[in-house]
Amino acid sequence: MIADIILIIAGALFVGVYVSWRAGRIDRLHARVDMARVALDVTLLRRSSVAQELATSGLLDPATSLLLAGAVYGTRGGDRPRDLAESDLTRALQAAFSQPDFRASLSGKEGADELLAEVEEAAYQVFVARKFYNDLAAVTRDARSRPLARVLRLSGHAKAPVFFEMDDSLIADKPGAWMGPAGHTMG
Amino acid sequence: MKIGMVCPYSWDVPGGVQQHIRDLAETLIDEGHDVSVISAADDDTPLPPYVVPAGRAVPVPYNGSVARLSFGFLSVSRVRRWINQGGFDVLHVHEPGIPSLSLLACWVATGPIVATVHTAIPRSRILLVTYPVVRTGLEKINGRIAVSEAARTTLVEHIGGDAVVIPNGVATRRYRKAEPLPGWPGPGGAIGFLGRLDEPRKGLAVLLKAFEILGPQRPGLRLLVAGPAADAEEVLYRVPADLRDRVVLLGQVSEDDKVRVLHSVDLFCSPNTGGESFGIVTAEAMAAGLPVVASDIDAFRQVLDGGEAGELFTVGDAADLARAAGHLLDDPARRAELSAAALAAVAQYDWSVVARDVIRVYETVMLGRTRVAVAPDTGAFP
Repeated sequence: MIADIILIIAGALFVGVYVSWRAGRIDRLHARVDMARVALDVTLLRRSSVAQELATSGLLDPATSLLLAGAVYGTRGGDRPRDLAESDLTRALQAAFSQPDFRASLSGKEGADELLAEVEEAAYQVFVARKFYNDLAAVTRDARSRPLARVLRLSGHAKAPVFFEMDDSLIADKPGAWMGPAGHTMG
Repeated sequence: MKIGMVCPYSWDVPGGVQQHIRDLAETLIDEGHDVSVISAADDDTPLPPYVVPAGRAVPVPYNGSVARLSFGFLSVSRVRRWINQGGFDVLHVHEPGIPSLSLLACWVATGPIVATVHTAIPRSRILLVTYPVVRTGLEKINGRIAVSEAARTTLVEHIGGDAVVIPNGVATRRYRKAEPLPGWPGPGGAIGFLGRLDEPRKGLAVLLKAFEILGPQRPGLRLLVAGPAADAEEVLYRVPADLRDRVVLLGQVSEDDKVRVLHSVDLFCSPNTGGESFGIVTAEAMAAGLPVVASDIDAFRQVLDGGEAGELFTVGDAADLARAAGHLLDDPARRAELSAAALAAVAQYDWSVVARDVIRVYETVMLGRTRVAVAPDTGAFP
Protein backbone atom coordinates (compact mmCIF):
# COMPACT_ATOMS: atom_id res chain seq x y z
CA MET A 1 0.00 0.00 0.00
CA ILE A 2 2.67 2.45 1.10
CA ALA A 3 4.84 1.18 -1.70
CA ASP A 4 2.06 1.90 -4.21
CA ILE A 5 1.64 5.46 -2.95
CA ILE A 6 5.37 6.07 -3.12
CA LEU A 7 5.38 4.69 -6.63
CA ILE A 8 2.51 6.99 -7.71
CA ILE A 9 4.13 10.04 -6.10
CA ALA A 10 7.45 9.17 -7.72
CA GLY A 11 5.70 8.67 -11.04
CA ALA A 12 3.86 12.01 -10.78
CA LEU A 13 7.10 13.73 -9.78
CA PHE A 14 8.88 12.20 -12.74
CA VAL A 15 6.16 13.26 -15.18
CA GLY A 16 6.14 16.77 -13.68
CA VAL A 17 9.90 17.13 -14.02
CA TYR A 18 9.82 15.73 -17.54
CA VAL A 19 7.03 18.04 -18.70
CA SER A 20 8.70 21.06 -17.17
CA TRP A 21 11.98 20.09 -18.84
CA ARG A 22 10.17 19.82 -22.21
CA ALA A 23 8.50 23.18 -21.67
CA GLY A 24 11.82 24.74 -20.72
CA ARG A 25 13.44 23.34 -23.82
CA ILE A 26 10.72 24.75 -26.06
CA ASP A 27 11.08 28.08 -24.32
CA ARG A 28 14.86 28.11 -24.80
CA LEU A 29 14.41 27.15 -28.45
CA HIS A 30 12.10 30.10 -29.01
CA ALA A 31 14.60 32.42 -27.39
CA ARG A 32 17.41 31.07 -29.57
CA VAL A 33 15.28 31.36 -32.70
CA ASP A 34 14.57 35.02 -31.84
CA MET A 35 18.29 35.66 -31.45
CA ALA A 36 19.02 33.94 -34.74
CA ARG A 37 16.38 36.08 -36.45
CA VAL A 38 17.98 39.25 -35.09
CA ALA A 39 21.37 38.02 -36.28
CA LEU A 40 19.92 37.35 -39.73
CA ASP A 41 18.43 40.85 -39.86
CA VAL A 42 21.78 42.34 -38.93
CA THR A 43 23.60 40.46 -41.68
CA LEU A 44 20.97 41.45 -44.26
CA LEU A 45 21.27 45.10 -43.25
CA ARG A 46 25.04 44.90 -43.38
CA ARG A 47 24.95 43.36 -46.86
CA SER A 48 22.54 46.02 -48.04
CA SER A 49 24.74 48.82 -46.72
CA VAL A 50 27.98 47.55 -48.27
CA ALA A 51 26.14 47.02 -51.57
CA GLN A 52 25.02 50.63 -51.29
CA GLU A 53 28.60 51.70 -50.67
CA LEU A 54 29.73 49.81 -53.77
CA ALA A 55 26.95 51.44 -55.82
CA THR A 56 28.01 54.95 -54.79
CA SER A 57 31.75 54.28 -54.82
CA GLY A 58 32.28 55.56 -58.35
CA LEU A 59 34.19 52.35 -59.12
CA LEU A 60 31.38 50.98 -61.30
CA ASP A 61 29.75 52.23 -64.47
CA PRO A 62 26.47 54.12 -63.95
CA ALA A 63 24.26 51.27 -65.18
CA THR A 64 25.70 48.75 -62.71
CA SER A 65 25.56 51.42 -59.99
CA LEU A 66 21.90 52.10 -60.66
CA LEU A 67 21.12 48.39 -60.80
CA LEU A 68 22.64 47.85 -57.34
CA ALA A 69 21.13 51.04 -55.96
CA GLY A 70 17.68 49.96 -57.16
CA ALA A 71 18.05 46.58 -55.47
CA VAL A 72 19.29 48.15 -52.22
CA TYR A 73 16.40 50.58 -52.31
CA GLY A 74 14.00 47.65 -52.65
CA THR A 75 15.27 46.07 -49.43
CA ARG A 76 14.57 49.23 -47.44
CA GLY A 77 10.83 48.86 -47.27
CA GLY A 78 8.57 49.58 -50.18
CA ASP A 79 5.88 47.35 -51.57
CA ARG A 80 8.00 44.29 -52.33
CA PRO A 81 8.02 41.56 -49.65
CA ARG A 82 11.30 41.34 -47.75
CA ASP A 83 12.31 37.87 -48.94
CA LEU A 84 11.78 38.79 -52.62
CA ALA A 85 13.58 42.12 -52.26
CA GLU A 86 16.58 40.45 -50.59
CA SER A 87 16.64 37.81 -53.34
CA ASP A 88 16.60 40.62 -55.90
CA LEU A 89 19.66 42.12 -54.22
CA THR A 90 21.41 38.74 -54.37
CA ARG A 91 20.73 38.54 -58.10
CA ALA A 92 21.77 42.12 -58.73
CA LEU A 93 25.08 41.48 -56.93
CA GLN A 94 25.52 38.27 -58.89
CA ALA A 95 24.85 40.09 -62.15
CA ALA A 96 27.48 42.70 -61.28
CA PHE A 97 30.09 40.25 -60.03
CA SER A 98 29.64 37.68 -62.80
CA GLN A 99 30.63 40.07 -65.59
CA PRO A 100 33.69 38.58 -67.30
CA ASP A 101 36.89 39.98 -65.77
CA PHE A 102 34.89 42.04 -63.28
CA ARG A 103 37.62 41.80 -60.64
CA ALA A 104 40.44 42.36 -63.07
CA SER A 105 38.81 45.52 -64.36
CA LEU A 106 38.66 47.00 -60.85
CA SER A 107 41.86 45.77 -59.27
CA GLY A 108 44.39 48.50 -58.72
CA LYS A 109 41.71 51.12 -58.17
CA GLU A 110 41.74 52.85 -54.82
CA GLY A 111 39.87 50.75 -52.26
CA ALA A 112 38.34 48.40 -54.83
CA ASP A 113 39.73 45.10 -53.55
CA GLU A 114 38.76 45.84 -49.93
CA LEU A 115 35.22 46.86 -50.92
CA LEU A 116 34.65 43.78 -53.08
CA ALA A 117 35.95 41.53 -50.28
CA GLU A 118 33.61 43.26 -47.86
CA VAL A 119 30.59 42.68 -50.12
CA GLU A 120 31.48 39.01 -50.45
CA GLU A 121 32.02 38.64 -46.73
CA ALA A 122 28.63 40.23 -46.06
CA ALA A 123 26.94 37.94 -48.59
CA TYR A 124 28.59 34.95 -46.96
CA GLN A 125 27.37 36.01 -43.53
CA VAL A 126 23.81 36.22 -44.83
CA PHE A 127 24.16 32.69 -46.14
CA VAL A 128 25.38 31.40 -42.77
CA ALA A 129 22.93 33.39 -40.64
CA ARG A 130 19.98 32.24 -42.69
CA LYS A 131 21.08 28.62 -42.46
CA PHE A 132 21.38 28.88 -38.66
CA TYR A 133 18.02 30.56 -38.38
CA ASN A 134 16.18 28.08 -40.58
CA ASP A 135 17.80 25.09 -38.83
CA LEU A 136 16.70 26.41 -35.44
CA ALA A 137 13.26 27.24 -36.80
CA ALA A 138 12.92 23.66 -38.02
CA VAL A 139 13.96 22.19 -34.64
CA THR A 140 11.61 24.56 -32.79
CA ARG A 141 8.68 23.78 -35.05
CA ASP A 142 9.36 20.08 -34.58
CA ALA A 143 9.46 20.43 -30.76
CA ARG A 144 6.18 22.39 -30.81
CA SER A 145 4.43 19.84 -32.96
CA ARG A 146 5.05 16.82 -30.70
CA PRO A 147 1.77 15.42 -29.27
CA LEU A 148 2.68 16.14 -25.64
CA ALA A 149 3.68 19.73 -26.46
CA ARG A 150 0.46 20.24 -28.39
CA VAL A 151 -1.86 18.69 -25.80
CA LEU A 152 -0.32 20.56 -22.85
CA ARG A 153 0.28 23.72 -24.95
CA LEU A 154 3.89 23.84 -23.81
CA SER A 155 4.80 26.63 -26.21
CA GLY A 156 2.37 29.03 -24.54
CA HIS A 157 1.69 32.16 -26.55
CA ALA A 158 4.94 32.10 -28.53
CA LYS A 159 4.27 32.04 -32.28
CA ALA A 160 5.73 29.28 -34.41
CA PRO A 161 8.89 30.56 -36.15
CA VAL A 162 8.51 31.04 -39.91
CA PHE A 163 11.24 29.91 -42.28
CA PHE A 164 12.99 32.74 -44.12
CA GLU A 165 13.26 31.70 -47.75
CA MET A 166 15.38 33.70 -50.16
CA ASP A 167 17.97 33.28 -52.86
CA ASP A 168 21.28 33.72 -51.06
CA SER A 169 23.45 31.80 -53.48
CA LEU A 170 26.91 33.19 -53.19
CA ILE A 171 28.60 35.61 -55.48
CA ALA A 172 30.76 33.73 -57.93
CA ASP A 173 33.23 34.76 -60.59
CA LYS A 174 31.91 32.09 -62.88
CA PRO A 175 29.11 29.61 -62.32
CA GLY A 176 30.17 26.97 -59.82
CA ALA A 177 33.26 28.72 -58.54
CA TRP A 178 33.13 30.51 -55.22
CA MET A 179 36.09 32.72 -54.49
CA GLY A 180 35.21 33.29 -50.86
CA PRO A 181 37.10 35.37 -48.36
CA ALA A 182 40.10 33.58 -46.88
CA GLY A 183 39.18 31.16 -44.13
CA HIS A 184 35.84 30.08 -45.51
CA THR A 185 35.54 26.99 -47.62
CA MET A 186 32.32 26.13 -49.27
CA GLY A 187 31.19 22.80 -50.58
CA MET B 1 21.55 62.99 -91.00
CA LYS B 2 23.61 60.37 -89.15
CA ILE B 3 21.61 59.15 -86.16
CA GLY B 4 22.84 56.85 -83.42
CA MET B 5 19.98 55.27 -81.48
CA VAL B 6 20.26 53.30 -78.23
CA CYS B 7 17.84 50.51 -77.30
CA PRO B 8 17.97 49.67 -73.57
CA TYR B 9 16.31 46.25 -73.78
CA SER B 10 17.17 43.01 -75.49
CA TRP B 11 16.30 43.30 -79.19
CA ASP B 12 14.81 39.80 -79.52
CA VAL B 13 12.39 40.19 -76.59
CA PRO B 14 9.03 41.62 -77.71
CA GLY B 15 8.20 44.92 -76.05
CA GLY B 16 6.77 48.34 -76.65
CA VAL B 17 10.10 50.18 -76.49
CA GLN B 18 11.81 47.81 -78.93
CA GLN B 19 8.85 48.09 -81.30
CA HIS B 20 8.96 51.90 -81.07
CA ILE B 21 12.68 51.98 -81.86
CA ARG B 22 12.29 49.55 -84.77
CA ASP B 23 9.45 51.52 -86.33
CA LEU B 24 11.16 54.88 -85.82
CA ALA B 25 14.52 53.66 -87.15
CA GLU B 26 12.96 52.05 -90.24
CA THR B 27 10.89 55.14 -90.97
CA LEU B 28 13.96 57.39 -90.69
CA ILE B 29 15.94 55.04 -92.95
CA ASP B 30 13.09 55.13 -95.51
CA GLU B 31 13.35 58.89 -95.51
CA GLY B 32 17.03 58.73 -96.39
CA HIS B 33 18.67 59.12 -92.98
CA ASP B 34 21.59 57.02 -91.86
CA VAL B 35 20.54 55.21 -88.68
CA SER B 36 22.51 52.84 -86.47
CA VAL B 37 20.88 51.24 -83.42
CA ILE B 38 22.93 49.70 -80.64
CA SER B 39 20.96 47.21 -78.61
CA ALA B 40 21.38 44.61 -75.93
CA ALA B 41 21.56 41.39 -77.96
CA ASP B 42 23.61 38.22 -78.09
CA ASP B 43 26.26 38.26 -80.77
CA ASP B 44 24.55 35.40 -82.62
CA THR B 45 21.01 36.84 -82.58
CA PRO B 46 19.81 37.51 -86.12
CA LEU B 47 19.49 41.29 -86.37
CA PRO B 48 18.39 43.78 -89.02
CA PRO B 49 21.37 45.36 -90.80
CA TYR B 50 21.04 48.66 -88.91
CA VAL B 51 21.35 47.05 -85.44
CA VAL B 52 24.71 46.65 -83.70
CA PRO B 53 24.75 44.12 -80.83
CA ALA B 54 26.20 45.32 -77.52
CA GLY B 55 26.67 41.85 -76.12
CA ARG B 56 24.81 39.45 -73.93
CA ALA B 57 21.81 40.85 -72.11
CA VAL B 58 21.58 39.61 -68.54
CA PRO B 59 18.21 38.96 -66.88
CA VAL B 60 18.24 41.11 -63.75
CA PRO B 61 15.59 42.15 -61.27
CA TYR B 62 14.83 45.85 -61.44
CA ASN B 63 11.87 47.68 -59.98
CA GLY B 64 10.12 44.48 -58.99
CA SER B 65 10.29 42.71 -62.34
CA VAL B 66 12.99 41.01 -64.37
CA ALA B 67 14.39 42.68 -67.47
CA ARG B 68 17.12 41.63 -69.87
CA LEU B 69 19.61 44.48 -69.83
CA SER B 70 23.18 45.29 -70.76
CA PHE B 71 25.47 46.99 -68.28
CA GLY B 72 29.01 46.79 -66.99
CA PHE B 73 32.37 47.83 -68.34
CA LEU B 74 32.24 45.53 -71.39
CA SER B 75 29.04 47.26 -72.48
CA VAL B 76 30.72 50.61 -71.80
CA SER B 77 33.56 49.75 -74.16
CA ARG B 78 31.15 48.52 -76.87
CA VAL B 79 29.14 51.73 -76.63
CA ARG B 80 32.30 53.82 -76.72
CA ARG B 81 33.58 52.00 -79.83
CA TRP B 82 30.18 52.37 -81.53
CA ILE B 83 30.15 56.13 -80.85
CA ASN B 84 33.77 56.52 -81.96
CA GLN B 85 33.17 54.76 -85.26
CA GLY B 86 29.67 56.11 -85.88
CA GLY B 87 30.40 59.79 -86.41
CA PHE B 88 26.81 60.58 -85.45
CA ASP B 89 25.21 63.99 -85.79
CA VAL B 90 22.85 63.18 -82.97
CA LEU B 91 22.55 60.48 -80.30
CA HIS B 92 19.03 59.34 -79.42
CA VAL B 93 18.73 57.26 -76.24
CA HIS B 94 15.54 55.59 -75.04
CA GLU B 95 14.50 55.12 -71.42
CA PRO B 96 17.68 56.59 -69.87
CA GLY B 97 16.37 56.25 -66.31
CA ILE B 98 16.94 52.51 -65.99
CA PRO B 99 20.29 50.72 -65.67
CA SER B 100 20.99 50.12 -69.33
CA LEU B 101 22.97 50.92 -72.47
CA SER B 102 21.05 54.19 -72.72
CA LEU B 103 22.38 55.44 -69.41
CA LEU B 104 25.87 54.27 -70.37
CA ALA B 105 25.66 56.07 -73.72
CA CYS B 106 24.69 59.35 -72.01
CA TRP B 107 27.63 58.95 -69.67
CA VAL B 108 30.15 58.10 -72.38
CA ALA B 109 29.11 60.64 -75.02
CA THR B 110 29.30 64.38 -75.55
CA GLY B 111 27.45 66.38 -78.17
CA PRO B 112 23.77 66.55 -79.11
CA ILE B 113 21.84 63.96 -77.08
CA VAL B 114 18.08 63.39 -77.29
CA ALA B 115 16.29 61.13 -74.82
CA THR B 116 12.83 59.55 -75.07
CA VAL B 117 11.04 58.45 -71.91
CA HIS B 118 8.40 55.77 -72.45
CA THR B 119 7.11 54.74 -69.04
CA ALA B 120 6.47 56.38 -65.74
CA ILE B 121 8.88 54.88 -63.19
CA PRO B 122 7.61 56.01 -59.80
CA ARG B 123 10.72 55.03 -57.91
CA SER B 124 13.31 56.61 -60.12
CA ARG B 125 13.39 60.03 -58.48
CA ILE B 126 15.25 59.03 -55.36
CA LEU B 127 17.65 56.86 -57.30
CA LEU B 128 18.39 59.30 -60.04
CA VAL B 129 19.07 62.31 -57.85
CA THR B 130 21.05 60.50 -55.18
CA TYR B 131 23.64 58.91 -57.39
CA PRO B 132 26.20 61.33 -58.79
CA VAL B 133 27.50 58.87 -61.34
CA VAL B 134 23.97 58.51 -62.75
CA ARG B 135 23.21 62.23 -62.57
CA THR B 136 26.31 63.13 -64.56
CA GLY B 137 25.05 61.08 -67.48
CA LEU B 138 21.51 62.42 -67.42
CA GLU B 139 22.59 66.04 -67.21
CA LYS B 140 24.11 65.78 -70.68
CA ILE B 141 20.72 65.27 -72.33
CA ASN B 142 19.84 68.30 -74.51
CA GLY B 143 16.45 67.32 -75.90
CA ARG B 144 13.73 65.41 -74.09
CA ILE B 145 10.80 63.57 -75.63
CA ALA B 146 7.98 61.83 -73.76
CA VAL B 147 5.60 59.44 -75.49
CA SER B 148 2.66 60.45 -73.27
CA GLU B 149 1.64 63.11 -70.76
CA ALA B 150 2.21 60.62 -67.91
CA ALA B 151 5.73 59.93 -69.15
CA ARG B 152 6.33 63.67 -69.50
CA THR B 153 5.36 64.28 -65.87
CA THR B 154 7.78 61.58 -64.71
CA LEU B 155 10.54 63.00 -66.83
CA VAL B 156 10.06 66.57 -65.67
CA GLU B 157 9.89 65.58 -62.01
CA HIS B 158 12.73 63.08 -61.99
CA ILE B 159 15.25 64.16 -64.56
CA GLY B 160 14.40 67.84 -64.84
CA GLY B 161 13.90 70.17 -67.78
CA ASP B 162 10.79 70.21 -69.91
CA ALA B 163 9.93 67.68 -72.58
CA VAL B 164 7.93 67.64 -75.80
CA VAL B 165 5.25 65.00 -76.07
CA ILE B 166 5.55 62.98 -79.27
CA PRO B 167 3.24 59.95 -79.14
CA ASN B 168 3.97 56.53 -80.56
CA GLY B 169 3.29 56.27 -84.24
CA VAL B 170 1.27 53.61 -85.99
CA ALA B 171 3.07 51.58 -88.65
CA THR B 172 -0.02 51.86 -90.86
CA ARG B 173 1.64 50.05 -93.76
CA ARG B 174 1.98 46.89 -91.68
CA TYR B 175 -1.79 46.73 -91.10
CA ARG B 176 -2.95 47.43 -94.63
CA LYS B 177 -3.08 43.84 -95.95
CA ALA B 178 -3.34 40.37 -94.44
CA GLU B 179 -4.90 36.98 -95.10
CA PRO B 180 -8.05 36.44 -92.95
CA LEU B 181 -8.03 33.46 -90.59
CA PRO B 182 -9.60 30.40 -92.28
CA GLY B 183 -13.41 30.54 -92.15
CA TRP B 184 -13.61 34.20 -91.09
CA PRO B 185 -15.54 36.49 -91.12
CA GLY B 186 -18.22 34.02 -92.24
CA PRO B 187 -21.64 34.71 -93.75
CA GLY B 188 -23.28 35.92 -90.52
CA GLY B 189 -20.69 38.61 -89.88
CA ALA B 190 -18.11 38.99 -87.14
CA ILE B 191 -17.07 41.55 -84.52
CA GLY B 192 -13.46 41.75 -83.32
CA PHE B 193 -11.88 42.65 -79.98
CA LEU B 194 -8.19 42.95 -79.02
CA GLY B 195 -6.85 43.41 -75.51
CA ARG B 196 -6.51 41.83 -72.08
CA LEU B 197 -9.68 39.90 -71.36
CA ASP B 198 -9.54 40.25 -67.59
CA GLU B 199 -8.61 43.94 -67.39
CA PRO B 200 -11.98 45.58 -66.62
CA ARG B 201 -11.02 48.90 -68.23
CA LYS B 202 -10.58 47.17 -71.59
CA GLY B 203 -14.35 46.70 -71.44
CA LEU B 204 -14.80 43.17 -72.77
CA ALA B 205 -17.70 42.72 -70.31
CA VAL B 206 -19.62 45.52 -72.10
CA LEU B 207 -19.08 43.85 -75.46
CA LEU B 208 -20.19 40.44 -74.14
CA LYS B 209 -23.38 42.03 -72.72
CA ALA B 210 -24.05 43.66 -76.10
CA PHE B 211 -23.52 40.30 -77.78
CA GLU B 212 -26.26 38.86 -75.56
CA ILE B 213 -28.59 41.34 -77.29
CA LEU B 214 -27.15 41.01 -80.80
CA GLY B 215 -26.54 37.26 -80.83
CA PRO B 216 -30.15 36.01 -80.64
CA GLN B 217 -31.24 38.55 -83.33
CA ARG B 218 -28.49 37.50 -85.76
CA PRO B 219 -28.01 33.74 -85.83
CA GLY B 220 -24.72 33.73 -87.77
CA LEU B 221 -22.95 36.58 -85.94
CA ARG B 222 -19.69 35.64 -84.20
CA LEU B 223 -17.25 37.35 -81.84
CA LEU B 224 -13.48 37.03 -82.40
CA VAL B 225 -11.54 37.86 -79.23
CA ALA B 226 -7.74 37.99 -79.10
CA GLY B 227 -5.72 38.78 -76.01
CA PRO B 228 -4.24 37.21 -72.90
CA ALA B 229 -6.26 36.24 -69.83
CA ALA B 230 -5.38 34.58 -66.55
CA ASP B 231 -8.49 32.41 -66.85
CA ALA B 232 -10.09 32.26 -70.31
CA GLU B 233 -12.65 29.61 -69.21
CA GLU B 234 -14.05 32.02 -66.66
CA VAL B 235 -14.51 34.67 -69.38
CA LEU B 236 -16.41 32.24 -71.56
CA TYR B 237 -18.73 31.24 -68.72
CA ARG B 238 -20.01 34.80 -68.54
CA VAL B 239 -21.60 34.22 -71.97
CA PRO B 240 -25.02 32.47 -71.98
CA ALA B 241 -24.60 28.78 -72.87
CA ASP B 242 -26.50 28.97 -76.19
CA LEU B 243 -24.18 31.75 -77.47
CA ARG B 244 -20.94 30.31 -76.14
CA ASP B 245 -19.86 28.48 -79.31
CA ARG B 246 -20.10 31.76 -81.23
CA VAL B 247 -17.51 33.50 -79.06
CA VAL B 248 -14.04 32.46 -80.19
CA LEU B 249 -11.10 33.16 -77.85
CA LEU B 250 -7.69 33.08 -79.51
CA GLY B 251 -5.56 33.89 -76.46
CA GLN B 252 -2.45 36.00 -76.95
CA VAL B 253 -1.54 36.34 -80.64
CA SER B 254 1.69 37.34 -82.44
CA GLU B 255 2.07 40.71 -84.17
CA ASP B 256 1.44 39.06 -87.56
CA ASP B 257 -1.61 37.18 -86.34
CA LYS B 258 -2.97 40.36 -84.81
CA VAL B 259 -3.10 41.88 -88.31
CA ARG B 260 -4.83 38.73 -89.59
CA VAL B 261 -7.40 38.97 -86.80
CA LEU B 262 -8.18 42.54 -87.87
CA HIS B 263 -8.76 41.33 -91.42
CA SER B 264 -11.00 38.48 -90.22
CA VAL B 265 -13.88 40.61 -88.92
CA ASP B 266 -16.43 43.07 -90.33
CA LEU B 267 -16.40 45.41 -87.41
CA PHE B 268 -13.94 46.32 -84.68
CA CYS B 269 -15.09 47.14 -81.17
CA SER B 270 -13.17 49.24 -78.61
CA PRO B 271 -15.43 49.10 -75.54
CA ASN B 272 -12.83 50.52 -73.12
CA THR B 273 -14.23 52.22 -70.06
CA GLY B 274 -11.17 54.39 -69.46
CA GLY B 275 -7.45 54.28 -68.85
CA GLU B 276 -6.48 54.84 -72.48
CA SER B 277 -4.27 57.78 -73.36
CA PHE B 278 -4.26 57.25 -77.12
CA GLY B 279 -5.95 54.05 -78.19
CA ILE B 280 -3.18 52.43 -80.20
CA VAL B 281 -5.19 49.26 -80.82
CA THR B 282 -8.09 51.29 -82.21
CA ALA B 283 -5.69 53.16 -84.48
CA GLU B 284 -4.25 49.85 -85.70
CA ALA B 285 -7.75 48.59 -86.54
CA MET B 286 -8.34 51.82 -88.46
CA ALA B 287 -5.06 51.27 -90.34
CA ALA B 288 -6.43 47.87 -91.38
CA GLY B 289 -9.39 49.75 -92.88
CA LEU B 290 -11.88 48.36 -90.35
CA PRO B 291 -15.01 50.24 -89.38
CA VAL B 292 -14.80 50.88 -85.64
CA VAL B 293 -17.38 51.11 -82.86
CA ALA B 294 -15.81 52.68 -79.80
CA SER B 295 -16.88 54.03 -76.43
CA ASP B 296 -16.97 57.83 -76.36
CA ILE B 297 -13.97 58.35 -74.05
CA ASP B 298 -11.61 61.25 -74.88
CA ALA B 299 -8.89 59.08 -76.40
CA PHE B 300 -11.26 57.43 -78.90
CA ARG B 301 -13.16 60.61 -79.66
CA GLN B 302 -9.83 62.10 -80.68
CA VAL B 303 -8.50 59.22 -82.77
CA LEU B 304 -11.91 58.76 -84.46
CA ASP B 305 -12.05 62.43 -85.35
CA GLY B 306 -15.03 63.16 -83.08
CA GLY B 307 -17.06 60.32 -84.61
CA GLU B 308 -16.38 61.14 -88.26
CA ALA B 309 -14.10 58.11 -88.70
CA GLY B 310 -16.02 55.61 -86.57
CA GLU B 311 -19.18 55.18 -84.48
CA LEU B 312 -19.12 56.24 -80.83
CA PHE B 313 -21.42 54.79 -78.18
CA THR B 314 -22.07 55.80 -74.56
CA VAL B 315 -19.25 54.42 -72.45
CA GLY B 316 -20.26 51.29 -70.50
CA ASP B 317 -23.73 51.12 -72.15
CA ALA B 318 -24.13 47.65 -73.70
CA ALA B 319 -27.55 48.45 -75.21
CA ASP B 320 -26.14 51.50 -76.98
CA LEU B 321 -23.23 49.43 -78.26
CA ALA B 322 -25.64 46.75 -79.55
CA ARG B 323 -27.65 49.46 -81.33
CA ALA B 324 -24.57 51.06 -82.97
CA ALA B 325 -23.02 47.73 -83.95
CA GLY B 326 -26.37 46.43 -85.25
CA HIS B 327 -26.80 49.44 -87.54
CA LEU B 328 -23.33 48.97 -89.00
CA LEU B 329 -23.74 45.21 -89.50
CA ASP B 330 -26.93 45.90 -91.50
CA ASP B 331 -25.42 48.63 -93.63
CA PRO B 332 -22.44 47.60 -95.82
CA ALA B 333 -22.40 50.99 -97.55
CA ARG B 334 -21.97 52.81 -94.23
CA ARG B 335 -19.20 50.36 -93.30
CA ALA B 336 -17.33 51.08 -96.51
CA GLU B 337 -17.71 54.80 -95.84
CA LEU B 338 -16.30 54.47 -92.31
CA SER B 339 -13.49 52.26 -93.56
CA ALA B 340 -12.33 54.95 -95.99
CA ALA B 341 -12.72 57.66 -93.33
CA ALA B 342 -10.71 55.57 -90.83
CA LEU B 343 -7.85 55.08 -93.29
CA ALA B 344 -7.75 58.81 -93.97
CA ALA B 345 -7.95 59.76 -90.29
CA VAL B 346 -5.26 57.36 -89.11
CA ALA B 347 -2.75 58.68 -91.64
CA GLN B 348 -1.92 61.58 -89.30
CA TYR B 349 -0.69 59.07 -86.68
CA ASP B 350 1.57 57.27 -89.13
CA TRP B 351 5.22 56.94 -88.18
CA SER B 352 6.24 59.10 -91.14
CA VAL B 353 4.39 62.03 -89.52
CA VAL B 354 5.70 61.24 -86.05
CA ALA B 355 9.26 60.90 -87.37
CA ARG B 356 9.05 64.42 -88.77
CA ASP B 357 8.44 65.77 -85.26
CA VAL B 358 11.36 63.75 -83.94
CA ILE B 359 13.63 65.13 -86.68
CA ARG B 360 12.61 68.62 -85.60
CA VAL B 361 13.86 67.86 -82.07
CA TYR B 362 17.12 66.52 -83.54
CA GLU B 363 17.60 69.70 -85.53
CA THR B 364 17.00 71.88 -82.49
CA VAL B 365 19.61 70.15 -80.33
CA MET B 366 22.13 70.06 -83.17
CA LEU B 367 22.11 73.83 -83.56
CA GLY B 368 25.55 75.20 -82.74
CA ARG B 369 26.81 71.90 -81.39
CA THR B 370 29.53 69.66 -82.67
CA ARG B 371 29.04 66.00 -83.50
CA VAL B 372 28.62 63.21 -81.00
CA ALA B 373 31.95 62.12 -79.56
CA VAL B 374 33.34 60.16 -76.65
CA ALA B 375 33.71 62.25 -73.49
CA PRO B 376 37.33 62.35 -72.34
CA ASP B 377 36.54 62.06 -68.61
CA THR B 378 35.29 58.46 -68.84
CA GLY B 379 38.69 57.26 -69.99
CA ALA B 380 39.39 55.71 -66.62
CA PHE B 381 37.22 52.77 -67.60
CA PRO B 382 38.71 50.14 -69.87
